[in-house]
Amino acid sequence: MATIAFYAFALGVILGGLFTVLSRNPVHSVLWLILAFLSSAGFFVLLGAEFVAMLMVIVYVGAVAVLFLFVVMMLDVDFAELRAEMGKGIPLALLIGVIILMELGMGIGVWQFSDRAQILRSAPVPDIADVPNTVAIGQLLYDRYLILFQLAGLILLVAMIGAILLTLRHRPGIKRQDVLAQMYRDPAKAMELKDVKPGQGL
Amino acid sequence: MMGLESYLAVAATLFVIGIFGLFLNRRNVIIILMSIELILLAVNINFVAFSSFLGDLQGQIFTLFVLTVAAAEAAVGLAILVCFFRNRGTIAVEDVNNMKG
Repeated sequence: MATIAFYAFALGVILGGLFTVLSRNPVHSVLWLILAFLSSAGFFVLLGAEFVAMLMVIVYVGAVAVLFLFVVMMLDVDFAELRAEMGKGIPLALLIGVIILMELGMGIGVWQFSDRAQILRSAPVPDIADVPNTVAIGQLLYDRYLILFQLAGLILLVAMIGAILLTLRHRPGIKRQDVLAQMYRDPAKAMELKDVKPGQGL
Repeated sequence: MMGLESYLAVAATLFVIGIFGLFLNRRNVIIILMSIELILLAVNINFVAFSSFLGDLQGQIFTLFVLTVAAAEAAVGLAILVCFFRNRGTIAVEDVNNMKG
């Protein structure tokens, strides 16, 4: 069962990645990207890392992919024109891809764990019956890695400020609500009574 | 139960697809950002696979930080993209030479 699940998720990850890159329509690209993220979350569940898997679904699918979708749909870009030049890069891309794949294959082929790997572990996983995965991560993250955790928050804050600063703009000539002007209006200045004679008008 | 090598192979393939995408879509910056996300995803799969097979939680902790940086990078990258599109009316990055002296 786990083997079938592994192959299904592997197929999802690789097809998702491939069509993200190859798809003609950027909206389809984002949807394939979501497939890749969801399949990798399945991988993480298979590997016993439930917390990271759920984080993957929430952060990547819920936030990053939706951000991409927003930008793709908001910008009025002629993607057909950009796509027309895609064919030029294929030989170079294939060459570099095959070279890197061969290098990684050689690395994976001869690789093995060191004899001392078990001793050198810095944070051994506790027994899953005593401490669930999420609890174990929390105990480690809020204790030994507290500073790094806070710094990660700082990175997000800087990214948020930067994104807002880059995209915020005040366009002139747009009517906005002026609350103070509304509050300081009084009937004496806003209204005038006229005594209109019948049949004459103003 | 699949071995560690299977996970590493999938992650390596995904990494190569990401690199492939970078070179294939050199004009379309949105696809380039998505390719970077794919590369970071491959790195995350490697981290969690090693963490699980070695029994060391540190890999999963590091995955959280990679995730944070990936999210921040996507947000800032897309903000720059929106800003660039407002100024130039295109997202073709090959002719970005505003800062050339």
